Amino acid sequence: MCLGVPGKVTEIRGEGEIRMGTVDFGGVRRDACLAYMPEVEVGDYVIVHVGFAISRVDEEEAARSYALLAEMGNLENIDLPQDPEGVRDFIAEGPAAGPPAEADP
Amino acid sequence: MNGGSVLDDGFALRCPVPLPLGAQVLLGHGSGGKLTAQLIRELFVPVFGGDELARLGDAAVVEANGVRLAFTTDAFVVKPMFFPGSDIGALAVYGTVNDLAVMGAEPLFLSAAFIVEEGLPLEQLGAVVGSMAEACERSGVKLVTGDTKVVERGSADGLFVTTSGVGVVPDGVDVGPERCRPGDRVIVSGPVGSHGVAVMSRRAGISFETEVASDSAPLTPLVRAMLAAGEIHCLRDATRGGLASVLNELAEASGIVFTVSESAVPVLGPVRAACEMLGLDPLYVANEGVCVAVVADKDAETVLAAARAEPLGAEAEIVGEVTEGRAAVRLRTGLGTMRPLLMLAGDQLPRIC
Amino acid sequence: MRFVDEYRDGAIARRLLDEIRGMVTRDWTIMEVCGGQTHTLVRSGIDELLPPQIRLVHGPGCPVCVTPVALIDEAIAIAKRPECILTSFGDMLRVPGSSEDLHMARAAGGDVRVVYSPLDAVEIARRNPGRTVVFFAVGFETTAPANASAVKLAHDTGVENFALLVAHVLVPPAMMAILVSPGNRVQGFLAPGHVCAVQGFTEYEPIARDFGTPIVVTGFEPIDLLEGIRMVVAQLEEGRAEVENQYVRAVTREGNVPARRVVAEVFEVCDRAWRGIGVIEKSGFRLTETYRHHDAEVRFPREGAPASESEVCIAGEVLRGRARPHDCPAFGERCTPEHPLGAPMVSNEGACAAYFLAGRSRAEVST
Repeated sequence: MCLGVPGKVTEIRGEGEIRMGTVDFGGVRRDACLAYMPEVEVGDYVIVHVGFAISRVDEEEAARSYALLAEMGNLENIDLPQDPEGVRDFIAEGPAAGPPAEADP
Repeated sequence: MNGGSVLDDGFALRCPVPLPLGAQVLLGHGSGGKLTAQLIRELFVPVFGGDELARLGDAAVVEANGVRLAFTTDAFVVKPMFFPGSDIGALAVYGTVNDLAVMGAEPLFLSAAFIVEEGLPLEQLGAVVGSMAEACERSGVKLVTGDTKVVERGSADGLFVTTSGVGVVPDGVDVGPERCRPGDRVIVSGPVGSHGVAVMSRRAGISFETEVASDSAPLTPLVRAMLAAGEIHCLRDATRGGLASVLNELAEASGIVFTVSESAVPVLGPVRAACEMLGLDPLYVANEGVCVAVVADKDAETVLAAARAEPLGAEAEIVGEVTEGRAAVRLRTGLGTMRPLLMLAGDQLPRIC
Repeated sequence: MRFVDEYRDGAIARRLLDEIRGMVTRDWTIMEVCGGQTHTLVRSGIDELLPPQIRLVHGPGCPVCVTPVALIDEAIAIAKRPECILTSFGDMLRVPGSSEDLHMARAAGGDVRVVYSPLDAVEIARRNPGRTVVFFAVGFETTAPANASAVKLAHDTGVENFALLVAHVLVPPAMMAILVSPGNRVQGFLAPGHVCAVQGFTEYEPIARDFGTPIVVTGFEPIDLLEGIRMVVAQLEEGRAEVENQYVRAVTREGNVPARRVVAEVFEVCDRAWRGIGVIEKSGFRLTETYRHHDAEVRFPREGAPASESEVCIAGEVLRGRARPHDCPAFGERCTPEHPLGAPMVSNEGACAAYFLAGRSRAEVST
């Protein structure tokens, strides 16, 4: 059972086993049980699975690892090798993506 | 199960025990997806026959004494009856008005039949009826006849409303899937999935807090403006089953290929978020104020501009195109890959897994 | 949505694919365990964009798919009892039992209700004191804390009319079962991100070491999967076999300790039958002695005909990564989401359903 969605804790009520929070998922709010996240505070992001917060999103780690990825995405000339299996329909997405380039033979 | 790879064994094909699909009507038969289509095709159409019924348009266009009439009917069983932005009454009016409008008709008259469950508070019935009156006024239609039945407690889930509507199709207006052709562009009049999310947000068991309101509204002025702006080949009201289901119906009826870009389809942020949370695809979530237009390529931009000039079409977008090929709907993903956008079997149950 | 949208960036995805293509020098077979990962890979078409040397096979990471037929039959039988209300996650409703599914059981008059959280089931029990509410507890280690909470809540607040039909399965034993089976070709794993958010990943370290197999804890968005695959390929190319964490924003090595503490109080490890695979030792959970009276199998002992399975369905082969959905002669023809012969065609995350919905017809797919 994998569906875990990240959301921001906007309110916390109760304590211990009945610690509940209001979690905002991009504009939609639902209660989640925070019994397993005793250290989570308002403003933190959590991963919610079947109504329970199971993990806190480590924003510093996320930022650090994403920065490396984002650098990749922003490279000026993306040399996309010709797909050996046939033409793939690449749509220009994002500011840096240009039209697919021909691979050097 | 035998051990070893099935590929090594070369196993013999055996007739599997089929699940008794035909024994009972399932909830899925009402979802607007494949099961619904199957029920209509295999049970209803063969019995009633007739070319017009078989066309399965949003409304039937029939002729009497030289006048072309559009005629439609729809039953409303939405639960809960009242939800953000609308209620079963307004829905019952706008749903029928829109089915007429997308056939190019001027909606004129409505009938309403009420099946009321014993014990329903009169105040609630009054609120629904009041809402219907307001919706008729807003749509420019008159409710001219009706019927009321009351059934025992437990037999009707509060209230069921059926409306039928009739309108006149002006000369020169001719829209239908058979007119769609390769090269046409597909326009969606507004963000999708709002109605379904609004209703779900109030359903016991999966309720959540959101400002998302149903988009239920009369589309007549919008459709009129779009029809006047350019060559529209076909129009559909995108209701239950969502945009994906409508596109599949169009592809099936026209016999050609519809391709849509996922990133071009407008979806409100909170609607996307709600769908993520529930594991649903917004392309399959119900709408009540969105129409899909298949437009001749040369007029696509002007029709789009005309839509955007209307309040209900402010967020209209060109989302795809029609191409040669055997009836299919394809989706261009955000990563640039293509996959088919299939008709769902039944309801999209909120995904947990 | 933050922490979701940015992991779907097309430009980054294409660059990661480029990097993977540049690294690969020979054929590799990689398995992702979690159904949610399968779903994303196939829907986004990533598996078709990867270089042909990388063969992705799909593991038994769909708890819906691996729930034994006998338990589904049991759930259906319970649903048909007038004194019971069967509550379940939505995914289970259309999974075929021996002769029908829960959706049909509901059409035939059984009280079957879909819930979003196990706590909702306890609430239904509280509001219906005259009937027993049974919750169909399907899931991996990710869902165990929620189910444990539900049982504890019922136990501690005197909600006697609540019971659990336990069908929990555990990932590491399944992974090992795959690795020891003769003819196994899997060389590296993407481990399930949310299971590890709860469990941490220490229990995968001996597996990586003893079997010499790289294991990368991976998330669920396209960028996560591509990064995870890149990390596995790097290990394979370099001859390393370690546990690495791609899903750093949500997973730590020690996982969620308070959650596991409650799980250990309510559940204990037991042998478990996996549909299509057979019994895997110590691969499931059952309720501990203290909570055993909330066990639906104790309250409603199984009767009736033994479970039977379609003879054509090759789910077992698919779930072990020994065949792919389109290898099955019934795939897309006699077996489709409308009339599924086996569980992987029903569940949103089953490999067969994923392939079917992404249009992988038998004719189209290359090996």
